[in-house]
Amino acid sequence: MSNLEIWLIIIAGMVLTYMTRLSFTVLVPPERLPSTFIKGLIFIPPAVLAAIVLPELVLVEGEITISPANHELIAGTLAALVAWRLKNTWIAIATGMIAVWLLNSM
Amino acid sequence: MSTPTKHKPTLPRAEFQAGVRDQLPILLGVIPFGLIFGALAGSVGIPPLAAQGFSLFVFAGSSQFIAVGLIGEMAPAIVIIATIFVVNLRHALYSASMSPHFAPLRLPWKLSLSWLLTDEAFATASTRYSHGNTASAHWYTLGTGLALWTAWQVSTALGILLGGGIPATLPLAFAITLTFIALLIPTLVDRPTVIAAASAGIVAVILSGLPLRLGLLIGALVGVGIGVWVERKSSNVES
Repeated sequence: MSNLEIWLIIIAGMVLTYMTRLSFTVLVPPERLPSTFIKGLIFIPPAVLAAIVLPELVLVEGEITISPANHELIAGTLAALVAWRLKNTWIAIATGMIAVWLLNSM
Repeated sequence: MSTPTKHKPTLPRAEFQAGVRDQLPILLGVIPFGLIFGALAGSVGIPPLAAQGFSLFVFAGSSQFIAVGLIGEMAPAIVIIATIFVVNLRHALYSASMSPHFAPLRLPWKLSLSWLLTDEAFATASTRYSHGNTASAHWYTLGTGLALWTAWQVSTALGILLGGGIPATLPLAFAITLTFIALLIPTLVDRPTVIAAASAGIVAVILSGLPLRLGLLIGALVGVGIGVWVERKSSNVES
């Protein structure tokens, strides 16, 4: 692929991505949004983050794998418990990293 | 520090610093991700400046990975551009979620903060806004967004420079998943948010075979819809 084509991808990707980010903060003013839409806003963070996280944890090479062999699922669950109980991001991430490292080296 | 700052700073400077501070642990996951991105871009033959260009201008990690993968497979440019767009459509949800908070701001603020609206900055900023006292919270959002932006640029550059020296198979890649877990947990504040998250996650798993990460987008939309429905049902019971 030519350098020019790569830069075309970058510029088009930039414009389209920035449009999605501006869509409701600038392009469509919030006062024009229907009230059901407004009620949905508080569910966006938990819904999107869970939709990112759960497939990463549960799927191993595209297959649903809920077993002790799935080290990332165990480590991720542990990190979630720590984040929930201790409310500390540093400790939660460190716990998950150490757990997956230990499990992988066992 | 704890997740996320609980005290109520009102000075712009204190808000900005709190935003940076709350983003720091997240960078544990973001920096390896940036290093691997830079190395991967080089390995498929993308020139260093263009690799950095992805991080500077597109500034959306998962779409950058997918684009670089597609460039490696010699996919047509138009397909790659369409893929970047669809993968990044979830940012419209972030934009909608932030729109009431950004509404009182002047246009240059809206344009800048929207530019910085990544997964990670969105997650910390929305937790900040949920704590109220938001008169200066845009400084928090600026701080948290700039911290992430800086880390992403520097880690991409390092990844390009170090190239093949970075083993992509290390559990380093798992760190980004852990950061999203750490960001997810504080958003689960009541039964409707838990149900919204659970249904979004389950739908995303079931639909994970769809192309363009559509499973993520559909899962998120289903989760939001179910959250609204559960909340409406429970408020009907109360009234």
